[in-house]
Amino acid sequence: MNWSKLELRKARTPGVLLIFLILLATLTLYASPYTVIFVTSIFMYIILTVSWVIFSGPTGYISFAPAAFFGVGIYTSAILGTELPLPIVILTGGVISFILALFVGALTLRLKGVYFTIFTLGLVELSKHLLLWYEIKFTGTRGRFVVLVDNTTIYYILFIILVLLLLTSYLIRRSKYGLALRSIGESEEASAHTGVNVNLLKTFTFALSAVFMGATGAIMATRWTYVDPYIAFNLQYSFMPVLMSIFGGMGQLYGPVLGAVIFTMLEEKLITEFPYYYMLTIGLILLIVIIYLPDGLVGLIQKWQNRSPEKQHVTP
Amino acid sequence: MSLLEGIGVTKYFGGLAAVSQVDFKIPKGKVVGLIGPNGAGKTTLFNLVSGVLIPKSGTINFKTENITGMQSYRICRKGVARTFQSVNVFGNMPVVENVLLGAIFGNSNPSSEKEAAEEAMNLLEFVGLSEMRSVPTQSLTLGDKKRLEVARALATKPELLLLDELMAGLNHTELTETMELVNKIRDRGITIFMIEHVMRVIMSICDRIIVLHHGEKIAEGTPKSIAANKTVIKAYLGE
Repeated sequence: MNWSKLELRKARTPGVLLIFLILLATLTLYASPYTVIFVTSIFMYIILTVSWVIFSGPTGYISFAPAAFFGVGIYTSAILGTELPLPIVILTGGVISFILALFVGALTLRLKGVYFTIFTLGLVELSKHLLLWYEIKFTGTRGRFVVLVDNTTIYYILFIILVLLLLTSYLIRRSKYGLALRSIGESEEASAHTGVNVNLLKTFTFALSAVFMGATGAIMATRWTYVDPYIAFNLQYSFMPVLMSIFGGMGQLYGPVLGAVIFTMLEEKLITEFPYYYMLTIGLILLIVIIYLPDGLVGLIQKWQNRSPEKQHVTP
Repeated sequence: MSLLEGIGVTKYFGGLAAVSQVDFKIPKGKVVGLIGPNGAGKTTLFNLVSGVLIPKSGTINFKTENITGMQSYRICRKGVARTFQSVNVFGNMPVVENVLLGAIFGNSNPSSEKEAAEEAMNLLEFVGLSEMRSVPTQSLTLGDKKRLEVARALATKPELLLLDELMAGLNHTELTETMELVNKIRDRGITIFMIEHVMRVIMSICDRIIVLHHGEKIAEGTPKSIAANKTVIKAYLGE
């Protein structure tokens, strides 16, 4: 009896996912342009959040670097956008972010806890001001125009990046590397003495998560048409993934997705309808979540599932 | 033939010589005890062997290879596993995953994930924790956590096992069980180098004993000769 229900739920999940995917893949055919643009924003935040969780979720290293990698992607697009075809530009954005993250990771992942966090925060500011200095010194202008791409194309490119990211994240979680990353989060010392090449794994995973941020920056830049260092390296893109992950919960893959979706919708609703109370409400919600739901929405859902009697055993 | 050998191993913390000019040999297949008063440098010596710390001078050889200053994960994969003085398990992971990690990553000839899962189960059986396999590790008792650490270390297929105060904090029954466990590990052909304070354990299990005091080796020999050694008694009890 119990088994059949569990089996049913297991069998149902891929079906539900497939329907979701088809609905999203055909969204531009039936939805209004406003909806498409809005879902694009949601996609952007899901990508930033899920890729942040790939590294920071299991290891517990709180990184404020997303804005740096996102900004690198934006500027890749701003500089190369007119000269190279779009897919190459996006790929380049991902690759440059990857290389930057490898370099930064190799340099700083020996730092633990708050030192690492502060460094990543500094990285965003450093990138911003370095670029600003360069632009004013050598090009004489602060901002740049970015090549224009239509909303449908932006939507589908983000959709593809998102699907690839979810797949990557799912596979890492299930693989032996997922296990090793979690062990690093528990105790780096014990992990190293159990044969895990801690520094390499941390650095590589950090860099892998940066690929998706960079690629997303490259395509998002085309939506904004004009960028300057303050727009590109905006710390909001560092804070949001952290907040959304905490809100959604990092224990399960759907946690950060759920966090990003609900948070973006909430933000949109509040900004358009209650602009004066927007920040206040967001702050209150975060406080409540941190105090009452330390494991985010995922924790709430699991608590609720465990209360229902048929729930026996959860495979990780 | 000695499996592990240290020559003139020295480590300073600031001006303090935590380990000073220590020579030691761990013969293959034996159980060697490392004793000494608190602060003698025992754990520091283990940390030097397992790559947590890099010696200021001296050499550490494992089999025929110089492993001085090598990274911990590489030393582990070469066949040196360890446990920790203050128990260091992955508390939020299920018990079996602790062991699984060692079986997957701990050796230079990696097992397939299926083999690793089997090995992990066998080792949990070996240390008597197979019933607990899916329990969150943090809910285990101290004794069980310590045995889990041993299982995790064994999962890396070591030739040498470093046990850092395995018996500390255990009750009488657990002590007897754990001593049996150490004997069973020795019967598997694994060489053991153990830090221990419980004299009953040391005297009955160890083939040889090394005594550290203020970072220096003050004595070495069979349990009997150590028990009768004047310098050792003085170091423990004072003048």
